[in-house]
Amino acid sequence: MKVPTDRKYSETHEWFLIDDDIVTMGITQYAADELTDITYVELPEVGTTVAAGDQLGEVESVKATSEILTAVGGDVIEVNTALADHPELINDDAFEEGWIVKIRPESIEPLTALLDAKEYRLYVRNTG
Amino acid sequence: MGRLKLTGDDCESFLNRLCTRNLVGAEVGRSYYSHMCREDGGILDDLIVSRFESHWGIVCNGVNREKIFTWLSRHSPRTDVTIEDQTLSTAMVAIQGPKTMELAGELVDPDTLSMKRYRFRVFELMGMPVSVYRSGYTGEDGFEVVVPGGLVKLLLPRLLGTKDRPHPVIRPAGLGARDTLRIEAGMPLYGHELTEQWDSLTAGQGWCVDLTKDFVGAGPMRKLQAQGLPRRLVGLQLEGRRIARQHYKVYSGDQEAGEVTSGTLSPTLGKSIAMALIGSEHTEEATCLTVEIGGKRVAARVVKLPFYKRPK
Repeated sequence: MKVPTDRKYSETHEWFLIDDDIVTMGITQYAADELTDITYVELPEVGTTVAAGDQLGEVESVKATSEILTAVGGDVIEVNTALADHPELINDDAFEEGWIVKIRPESIEPLTALLDAKEYRLYVRNTG
Repeated sequence: MGRLKLTGDDCESFLNRLCTRNLVGAEVGRSYYSHMCREDGGILDDLIVSRFESHWGIVCNGVNREKIFTWLSRHSPRTDVTIEDQTLSTAMVAIQGPKTMELAGELVDPDTLSMKRYRFRVFELMGMPVSVYRSGYTGEDGFEVVVPGGLVKLLLPRLLGTKDRPHPVIRPAGLGARDTLRIEAGMPLYGHELTEQWDSLTAGQGWCVDLTKDFVGAGPMRKLQAQGLPRRLVGLQLEGRRIARQHYKVYSGDQEAGEVTSGTLSPTLGKSIAMALIGSEHTEEATCLTVEIGGKRVAARVVKLPFYKRPK
C-alpha cells in the first residue's frame, strides 16, 4: 500500500500536505481503491471559508458516495478543476494528480493530531 | 442466493397458490421467474422456480432465504410437500456475457449449446450432479451452475484458470458489477424495486402475474388493476454524472413525485440512469422531473425501460 511519508492522514482517509503556508488535501489511495472507479467529484467553490471538520465536497463511485472532510479550517484557494472531466485521476494517482483542494489554513494546529504515514498504515491494517 | 428443494405430490398446486406466475403444467427442464407475495400483495421475494423430474427447485434471494423457507413451511401443513434448504450444501456460479455461448461447450457440456433461455439440465461432473441453467440476472446471455458445495473448489479454477495462468476470457465479477448490468437491463432487485411495501404490478412486473388464477396476494392486485395504479416504476435518465441512489427524492416542479429505487452511472451508455417509483401522473415518456442529489436538483427525464438491450 502506497502511503507517502511527507504528509498527515485522517481516520476518514484524507491526506494533508503542508507546503509553505498552504495545505493541499485529497483522499488516500486506499480510500480510492476501496471506492473503485470514481465517477464524480463535488468540489467546493474557490473562496469558500471552511472550518475544521467541515464537509468540503463528495467523491462518488458506482459503489458509494463518500464525504470529503477537512481537518483544517481556512480559505479554499484552489480546487483541482481537472477532476470535473477526469474524476478517475483520483483512482490513478490519489496522492499527486488526484489532489482535491488547496486551503490557506487559519492554523495548522489541528494537523498535529492526525496520523503520520506509519500510524495510518497501522490504522488501515487494524480497521480494514 | 437461497436454494430450496421441494418434493411431494402436491408441489405444483402448492407453488401455484403461493406464486404470482401460473405454474400449472410447468414443464420438466424449465425455469419460471415469479414473485411470492403476502396476502396484501406486498412482495416477499422474486425467485426462480424450476421443475425437475421428481422434485421442484426454488432459487430465492439470499437475504430472503429464511423468510421464504418459513413462509413455505407455514403454508405446507395438510399438503404432500417437503421443503429442504440446500443453500449451505450447494454452491452457485453464474457465467454471464456475450462470449458465454462460445465458451459453454468447453466449460460444461456440449449439450448446453442447444439449450434455450430459462431451460436447465442436470449433468454429471466427476460423478456428481451439476445443474446448468441458461439464465442469469445481468441482461446478458449466460449460464448459472449449481453444484454440490465440495465441488466448487474444483469448478472455479476450471472457469477462472489459476493465478499464473488466468482464463483468457473469463474474469471474476462481484455484486457491484452485477448491479450495474441489471440496472442497465431494467431488471428489478429485491430490496430496491421489489419490497413488501408494494406489489408486483406497481413494480412493473405484471408480466409474471396471472390475475386469472387464485394465489396469495391476488385480491389486492386485482383491485389495483381495476382502479388503476397510483404509482409506477419508471426509468430516469439524469443530466450530468452524479448517481441517483435509493430513496433520493424525485420532484415534478416543486411537488414531490416519488423516490429513486436504484441508480448508477451506466458503463455501457456513459450516462447517469436510475429507476424510480413515482406517481402515475408523472410517468409518461419524456416527462421532465428532477432528482435531489446532495441538496441540489438534477434534471431527469422519464425514459423507456430497459436502458440497454443486448443485441440478439
